[in-house]
Amino acid sequence: MPETETVHPLLSLQNITKIFGDLVANGNVNLDLHAGEIVALLGENGAGKTTLMNILFGHYVADEGRVMVRTSSGTLVDLEPGAPQAALEAGIGMVHQHFTLAENLTGLENIVLGTESLFARKFSRSKARAKLQELMQSSGLEVDLDLRVSKLAVGERQRVEILKALYRDARILVLDEPTAVLTPQESDSLFNTLKLLAAKGMAIIFISHKMAEVLGASDRVAVLRGGRIVADLPTSQCDRHKLAELMVGHAVQMAEREPGNPGEEILVFKGVSAGEGRELIENVNLSLRKGEIIGLAGVSGNGQSMLAKVLSGLEEPTAGAVTLGSQPLKANAAAAIQSGVARIPEDRHHDGIVGAMSVEENLVLEEIRKPAYQRFGLLRFNEIRKRAQEAIKAYDIRCSGPLAVSRLLSGGNIQKIVLARTLDQEPAIVLAAQPSRGLDVGATADVHRRLQEARDRGAGVLLISEDLDELFQLSDRIAVIHRGHVSEPMASEELDKKQVGLMMAGHSAKGEQAA
Amino acid sequence: MEYIDILLSANFWAAAIRIATPLIFGVLGALVCERAGVLNLGIEGIFVVGAMCGWMAVWLGAGLWGGVLIAALAGALFGLLHGILTVPLGLSQHVSGLGITMFATSVSYFTYRTALPKVSSPPRIDAFQPLDIPVLSDLPFIGPALFQQTAMTFLALAMVLVVGYVLYRTPLGLAIRAVGDNPSAVEAQGLSVFALRIGAIMAGSALMALGGAFLTMSAFDAFFFGMISGRGWICIALVVFASWRPGKALLGALLFGAFDAFQIRLQNEVGAVVPSQVFLMIPYLLSIIALVLVARKADYPRALLQPYFRGQR
Amino acid sequence: MIRFEPRTNVSSLFALALPIVAGITALALAAIPIAAAGGEVFAAYGHIFKGAFGSKFAFSELLARATPLIFTGLAVSVAFRAKLWNIGAEGQLYVGALAAVAIGSGAISAPSYIMIPLIMLAGMIAGGTLMLVPTLLKTRLGADEVVTTLLLNFVVLLFVQMMLEGPMKDPMGMGWPQSEPMTSAATLPKMMARMRVHWGLVIALVSALVIYIMMKRSVWGFEIRATGENVSAAKHAGIPVTSTFIKVGLISGALAGLAGVSEVAGLKGYLTADISPGFGYTGIVVAMLAGLSPLGVVIAAIFIAAVFVGADSMSRAMGVSSYIADLIVALSLICVLISSLFVRFKVRFVNPKKTKLTAKGDA
Repeated sequence: MPETETVHPLLSLQNITKIFGDLVANGNVNLDLHAGEIVALLGENGAGKTTLMNILFGHYVADEGRVMVRTSSGTLVDLEPGAPQAALEAGIGMVHQHFTLAENLTGLENIVLGTESLFARKFSRSKARAKLQELMQSSGLEVDLDLRVSKLAVGERQRVEILKALYRDARILVLDEPTAVLTPQESDSLFNTLKLLAAKGMAIIFISHKMAEVLGASDRVAVLRGGRIVADLPTSQCDRHKLAELMVGHAVQMAEREPGNPGEEILVFKGVSAGEGRELIENVNLSLRKGEIIGLAGVSGNGQSMLAKVLSGLEEPTAGAVTLGSQPLKANAAAAIQSGVARIPEDRHHDGIVGAMSVEENLVLEEIRKPAYQRFGLLRFNEIRKRAQEAIKAYDIRCSGPLAVSRLLSGGNIQKIVLARTLDQEPAIVLAAQPSRGLDVGATADVHRRLQEARDRGAGVLLISEDLDELFQLSDRIAVIHRGHVSEPMASEELDKKQVGLMMAGHSAKGEQAA
Repeated sequence: MEYIDILLSANFWAAAIRIATPLIFGVLGALVCERAGVLNLGIEGIFVVGAMCGWMAVWLGAGLWGGVLIAALAGALFGLLHGILTVPLGLSQHVSGLGITMFATSVSYFTYRTALPKVSSPPRIDAFQPLDIPVLSDLPFIGPALFQQTAMTFLALAMVLVVGYVLYRTPLGLAIRAVGDNPSAVEAQGLSVFALRIGAIMAGSALMALGGAFLTMSAFDAFFFGMISGRGWICIALVVFASWRPGKALLGALLFGAFDAFQIRLQNEVGAVVPSQVFLMIPYLLSIIALVLVARKADYPRALLQPYFRGQR
Repeated sequence: MIRFEPRTNVSSLFALALPIVAGITALALAAIPIAAAGGEVFAAYGHIFKGAFGSKFAFSELLARATPLIFTGLAVSVAFRAKLWNIGAEGQLYVGALAAVAIGSGAISAPSYIMIPLIMLAGMIAGGTLMLVPTLLKTRLGADEVVTTLLLNFVVLLFVQMMLEGPMKDPMGMGWPQSEPMTSAATLPKMMARMRVHWGLVIALVSALVIYIMMKRSVWGFEIRATGENVSAAKHAGIPVTSTFIKVGLISGALAGLAGVSEVAGLKGYLTADISPGFGYTGIVVAMLAGLSPLGVVIAAIFIAAVFVGADSMSRAMGVSSYIADLIVALSLICVLISSLFVRFKVRFVNPKKTKLTAKGDA
């Protein structure tokens, strides 16, 4: 970008510092963004990426530093802190990781929301419609704008989000983990769109922790670690290993998978159907053996949460049967635990722990009725304390002690509570739904190790994940779920990521489009 | 049969609409608050405030419409308090609402007692009288049923149209519906979640207060202790029944009014054998039934009861 | 600008002090309406204090007032712990009283060591059953229990009026709608001669202790807390959420029912339709002031009772409307609600201008 060297950047973050309690979320961050370039902001979970973008967009106010934008006359001015409205007016558009769409409104209504005077007597829609028609054509972001957002698929919702920014004539587009919910093919098409937009002079930042897409789609990479920018360099000077090292702070060895030693069948899904809509599974046949990990790949919202609910005993199948060993599985969570199903839920804050309760209480949550922890209905505090102290040590749960309030722990430590609670019961089956989502490299490695240990002990593990790296790293066999249908699991050596990606988008294993 | 006669009498329908009027105000008020994502259990107390303030303003010489205005302002003021507690402070909407009801009720009673310490029977005002609209009021059946109501009933009906128009036809309504579904969508578009929600609560509370004012300024001409007797709570049930739509809210309130009017007439017919309390229970039981009927498929505004803090998603 | 920062640890002393500060704030705020009503503020507080604590008689009145409030406060605190919004303690109190009167006013004659447990049991069953209805409507049909419990209060009150004007009317009652008096075997004895405080207070204190042990030390209490704090995680962990709600509903309703039993059997001696001046609703304030702690309920109930008894006496002495008591109670609820913020957050006052200046200085 030689021609942009002389003019001011479109956006300039200068010495941004943000502190939460004892945590330095952002420390002295400097970042410039020029017109026409795509910058990847790379960093682990917890590195401060999202905080930085929230400051940029006015959701947070920085403790120190300034956010500056270039005006149309070419000079840099301060952006009013803590005012999303000011950010919007300065031409900053943001696509959040969790979409900020009202689902009871249509795409069009979401886009025009806030662009008209609130006290106007009526909407004027024809102009908006014409402008959007044009934008959709020029950017290739086609979507039915008159459908309620609740009826749109995830990829379509993201297009509405981007159109929202374009409609407001954004000059700077910020995307937070934009590919988290997309298939690899959808991600490719997204990056094509972004390149098109950049070519027209837009400046784009996308946040990611996936090195492949950073290398493939960006012009420049800024790496955040521990809240500080540790590198800011052209993508052409980077490779995978260098980025990984910058991101984590030390050389990373990628764990090699050791083949498992599968035994007899322990869990069988036979023609199982349940749920409806985005939470539907239909005629699922799957069998899991002792001592193996089956990875279930799929973009979220294709029925994997319903499958997890059925196996967790939280939902009764409408057809078919699930058998554990030789016993049918009852639709009862307590019974599922009793019969040896360990469940690591997808949303650990919502389903995994009771945030207001202490670490020790959460560690015995599933077993509180066992004689080990109660006598005549009264709790045995000493036993509970002993159990907690052991688990805190064995699983390296970082907390002030058994009485610490669970809500205040980090995601990794919360996941450790869930792991300790479920895996220490020596389960026959482990259901791990998105077990490393949102965790940093260290915590992720820990989760992976625990799952492999469970497998080596002879448990059958069903790993539900969207992360292909994780799936290939852990699974002995991989199946794909798409629109509630589960494919026949295949040995992971016989598959590659591209193939699985296509299957996640609904193609059959051989490559042709499924009905 | 007498029952058919009841349904065919203009008198009955006039009564049904009269009974429905405070509920129309109340349900609309609750609807506006809940559409913005905030449950307002202060409704029962805000009814009392509206009833007391409206009446007292007129009694002190503010004139009938002055009374209406003052009632609405007083309601909005208590709405503001509920808004501050539940929106920027994010406190429990249930507890705050109950607190507002207790506070509003006791303030009203205290004020009334302090202003009128010695009266034995409540003083009366010149309340709104049924309008005499040329031509329309003289129509057979329809005239006495529909057009011999007081101005406040027509105000209630107009409010149905206003609320419906604002919610579905204006950018403001779009923003209110959005903030009740996903506040971060509103914030991401540069609008203020706090302002929208507090504004909606204040407007909704003003409507609720008008429901109370109708009772002391139109249905009756005096203020009594305990005169609201659960009308606010009934509105909270009806708004679920109405699935948060103004048109259905009107329908629900009218249905309710019809049942209640029917019950009163039935009581006159068979009151000798059946104790009067059985009839008086009917409105409350009906509300419970209405709630239970729709509860399973009720499509609650997604962000209802969820406090929103900036930068949190 | 005010900023909230999540608190990581709360000292128990601090948590204890907050409701006390809230109560005192509510009392202090009452100075405004008292002054507006033409009362001498300091004298008014003097009267309130003297009316509540000034004599043995006053203190007995205070404890008699606190007794039903302990029961309803406990009822609410158990239910709110599970996030089961039982606003129907008022109705449950009345059905409890009705059941006690139905059995204890002559229908059965037995010695008091049988009669008293019997009427208590009847009251608990009646209150529990009444609360079972909204609980089942919630768990089975998804009907919001706030509205159903509130509306049932009105239904129950009408039902009680109907009974008192009909089948249960006292033929010797000079036409007043009141029940026949409780037999002496079914009467809770007074604790002191010529004072109104009765053994219902002891039952209330024992109940508080039992509920405390249940919540703190039992599996039930554990499951109730887990369900209330995060119902979906509780469900996921195999805790029987539905039966926990039903248990909570029954316990809560039974406690409120006991309030009614204790009022008719200990204080009034017969049932009228105005036996409770809103004890059920005030129970919400008591429970919130107590931070939902069963032992705290006792202290909070005594505070609220002091407000009522003291304000009554102040009102008689100074001509300020006795609704001032309700006003203070309502203010206490709002104050304690606001104070709960300080448990969850540190509140810091930040000057945004200052932050901006340092930012520029650094740049």
